[in-house]
Amino acid sequence: MQASLSLSVSNPAAIPRSSHGFESSIPFPSKPVNLRFCGLRREALGFSSASSYPLSTSRSSRSIARSNKVSASLGGANGSSSAPKSFDYDLIIIGAGVGGHGAALHAVEKGLKTAIVEGDVVGGTCVNRGCVPSKALLAVSGRMRELQNEHHLKALGLQVSAAGYDRQGVADHANNLATKIRGNLTNSMKALGVDILTGFGAVLGPQKVKVGKDTVVTAKDIIIATGSVPFVPKGIEVDGKTVITSDHALKLEFVPDWIAIVGSGYIGLEFSDVYTALGSEVTFVEALDQLMPGFDPEIGKLAQRVLINPRKIDYHTGVFATKITPANNGKPVTIELIDAKTKEPKETLEVDAALIATGRAPFTNGLGLENINVATQRGFIPVDERMRVIDSNGDLVPHLFCIGDANGKMMLAHAASAQGISVVEQLTGRDHVLNHLSIPAACFTHPEISMVGLTEPQAREKAELEGFEVAVAKTSFKANTKALAENEGEGLAKLIYRPDNGEILGVHIFGLHAADLIHEASNAIALGTRIQDLKLAVHAHPTLSEVLDELFKSAKVNAHVGSSPVAEPVAV
Amino acid sequence: MAHLLQTSFLPSSQCLRPNPDRSSSSTSSPMVQISRRWSKTGGAVQAKIREIFMPALSSTMTEGKIVSWVKSEGEKLAKGESVVVVESDKADMDVETFYDGYLAAIMVEEGGVAAVGSAIALLAETEDEIEAARSKAAGSSSSAASSSPATASTSADPIPAEIAAPIAASAPIAAAPVAKLASAVHPASDGGKRVVASPYAKKLAKELKVELAAIAGSGPLGRIVAKDVEAAAAAAPAPVAAATTAAPAPAAAPNVELGTVVPFTTMQGAVSRNMLESLSVPTFRVGYTITTDALDALYKKIKSKGVTMTALLAKATALALAKHPVVNSSCRDGNSFTYNSSINIAVAVAIDGGLITPVLQDADKSDIYSLSRKWKELVDKARAKQLQPHEYNTGTFTLSNLGMFGVDRFDAILPPGTGAIMAVGASQPTAVGTKDGRIGIKNQMQVNVTADHRVIYGADLAAFLQTLSKIIEDPKDLTF
Repeated sequence: MQASLSLSVSNPAAIPRSSHGFESSIPFPSKPVNLRFCGLRREALGFSSASSYPLSTSRSSRSIARSNKVSASLGGANGSSSAPKSFDYDLIIIGAGVGGHGAALHAVEKGLKTAIVEGDVVGGTCVNRGCVPSKALLAVSGRMRELQNEHHLKALGLQVSAAGYDRQGVADHANNLATKIRGNLTNSMKALGVDILTGFGAVLGPQKVKVGKDTVVTAKDIIIATGSVPFVPKGIEVDGKTVITSDHALKLEFVPDWIAIVGSGYIGLEFSDVYTALGSEVTFVEALDQLMPGFDPEIGKLAQRVLINPRKIDYHTGVFATKITPANNGKPVTIELIDAKTKEPKETLEVDAALIATGRAPFTNGLGLENINVATQRGFIPVDERMRVIDSNGDLVPHLFCIGDANGKMMLAHAASAQGISVVEQLTGRDHVLNHLSIPAACFTHPEISMVGLTEPQAREKAELEGFEVAVAKTSFKANTKALAENEGEGLAKLIYRPDNGEILGVHIFGLHAADLIHEASNAIALGTRIQDLKLAVHAHPTLSEVLDELFKSAKVNAHVGSSPVAEPVAV
Repeated sequence: MAHLLQTSFLPSSQCLRPNPDRSSSSTSSPMVQISRRWSKTGGAVQAKIREIFMPALSSTMTEGKIVSWVKSEGEKLAKGESVVVVESDKADMDVETFYDGYLAAIMVEEGGVAAVGSAIALLAETEDEIEAARSKAAGSSSSAASSSPATASTSADPIPAEIAAPIAASAPIAAAPVAKLASAVHPASDGGKRVVASPYAKKLAKELKVELAAIAGSGPLGRIVAKDVEAAAAAAPAPVAAATTAAPAPAAAPNVELGTVVPFTTMQGAVSRNMLESLSVPTFRVGYTITTDALDALYKKIKSKGVTMTALLAKATALALAKHPVVNSSCRDGNSFTYNSSINIAVAVAIDGGLITPVLQDADKSDIYSLSRKWKELVDKARAKQLQPHEYNTGTFTLSNLGMFGVDRFDAILPPGTGAIMAVGASQPTAVGTKDGRIGIKNQMQVNVTADHRVIYGADLAAFLQTLSKIIEDPKDLTF
């Protein structure tokens, strides 16, 4: 016992591997598993207590509370086998992406003893294969665009000789950023005393999680936050070189002359921005009749005029890519298209590369969901509005939650994090339901697109059902001083609201720094602030935020100014 | 003003009003109120064909850009429907019609700019009047670009015939719209059934009105890429010297309407673009006087065998270039240059409304007789509008000869993408002092080479010209 303890403390990385060895060589696996289990827990304990001391000056009461819990669980675990009465942890989170990270940090703040299980690398899709490295590439593309836009530069009085780029340098920037953010994330969790358990996590039974091959950990509550992987439709052969997903594209291993992007959602759009800035020509393949489905139609139309039409991009809409074959033996990548409605073959494209950006599929295989009688729906784990997992009988699974892409409610990193925080709030005795309509979304093209709440068609549909009136206000970036100073007057902000009470239903922005501008609107929705009150708020001049200022001021609200007709916020 | 007068025969009324917000009645910004006031003043005249004006969408707006036409020509319009999206100095707005009718003719295409109050389209009350409206639109040569996209496939010239007419008949080679020049079969095109062109190539082709099916692609696997389209658009009107030489015939004063503003034809547009592009190349010029007595004698001797002076000059130039490969090089990116592997002499030929540069390929390697036959063939093909792209856009060195007009010296502009161009003047009897102190008469011509100084320096040109003059003054090598 003592020997194994010291072994595991000195070499924690070897735990799963060595235990695997034990399992195959020792006829009675239960005992070594327990040993291993102890060692792991002990290591975790030592780690968390050591790191919590420096924090204890400011959070003394909490750290005392925690150490009490820890000692209790230590005592219980020694004799327990199947039905734990006390637990190794208050909360175990499976998946250390942005969702799990947000939940873990909030859980520690609320005094929960928390562990996070990661089978791959900390940071998940967002940090390693998504939002973060793509922002690095987009930062490059934005600058390239500026430097290449002679007309624009001339208007500012600038002279720049030919701009060029070094592909490896750009790729390194993206990779370095991901590494740095991953480090930040890991350190922030370690510093707060979150245990990071390495290995694939699976639900073994109620309140029990298996980590790696045969480590079992118990927790009072479990959050599944396993995220998603790129979705590749049938018939498409991904070789990682000429037919790629966003995972590969972010490594920027080559810049093709001509790349087809299958799917014109925000992933496809962002990559089209990157590739065209680096000199590629792009062909979009979109199954729906219009490019950029999911965006407010008016914003989509404008975005198409700015982001698609003047660039080296063409597109096929209303078609499915049924078969995509990677380049081979000097033959190009071939893409067979059929009509989305009639299913008749339409055309075959021959391009240098194809990027599959048809969305993302939940990563829920091998999670052991069958152990707790949960059936996924198209891979997604069904949950209620409080992220509580629903089993195949429609009943709630106690102590089990699922957040982020794995539940499919809103596949955004910050939505996952918000859901995680909401779950922790519930666990610590404060009921909380997240208002998804207050979660903003952004597409980091140049210029950016951002949105929160409903699109105009959605709002009108809702209004018809519920019998209220909808109004729309718009302002243009062309009238904003700061935008004009930057010579970036292209843009539109759109407000969809209820004129009877001043409630914001949705805000959509297309223009310079739209992604940063949306939060005034999303916070207003989250806090239930009405337009008549926002009209009185002051914005610094001259700033882009005045676009929203003007937007709110141009709205016509019939409610009596000064009093909030509906005092209750939409959601807390 | 002139434009307004010209179109005043049309019973006109303002038949558009801006629709500030096609989806709701909520916003009524200041601009909208202004435009509503404006809109009330119009529309009393009963007429069958109405002009659609560029509306004033804000108090400060003087001109507007057509963002997109929501309706296309021939489409039926109902009162209150959005017809066009206009971008003002402040915002983009949908503009709707006041009247029912048919959108007969669009006079300002998408992307075009028109002054507030000028006509941007015609609205016909009945379907029968669409044709009448169209002819009026064509006749009113509005400040905007083309009027009928329907004919865009072949006609590169949107101007009414009366303006463009008379030069054509006398021109040495008939006008050759780029689109018709070739019908290359694409290696990656399913035996010609399908054109594989990159997205930007397609966009450019539409913009430059070049037919993709007529272009041979030079991209990977033979796909058409942007530079192929640019080459095809630029090749027909090769940017050589001044294009004013297009009328060699004893042309009476051209029958053009003086004082009119004529938009560029596609060819003129391409020339204009090329000319501007040429400004980015630092060029310099070196001239040389060459005695042509021996060449003239040779020409006289072998003329009967079908040898032309053009072929002789091309051959002499090619032989000189073979000894000075740097003069046959080209710099495209500003960072490197290419020693071209073959010597392809492009010779500028004036045609109606522009120029074309048929190319004598490998002129240094062909003998003078086949070169002459080739030249004749190229000219015939150009007349029949059957030049393949590689027959007019692969030149590595250009010759421009205005000697037949009696021009003794001139200066040529370097076509982008090549290293040098030589302007050849007339060979004339000249009094020449000789070294032994006597004066004699010799036939002399002046040549003037314009070159890209990034890659070709003064000494290079000087040496090249010296070699050329030696070849011409002792032309025995030309016939081997």
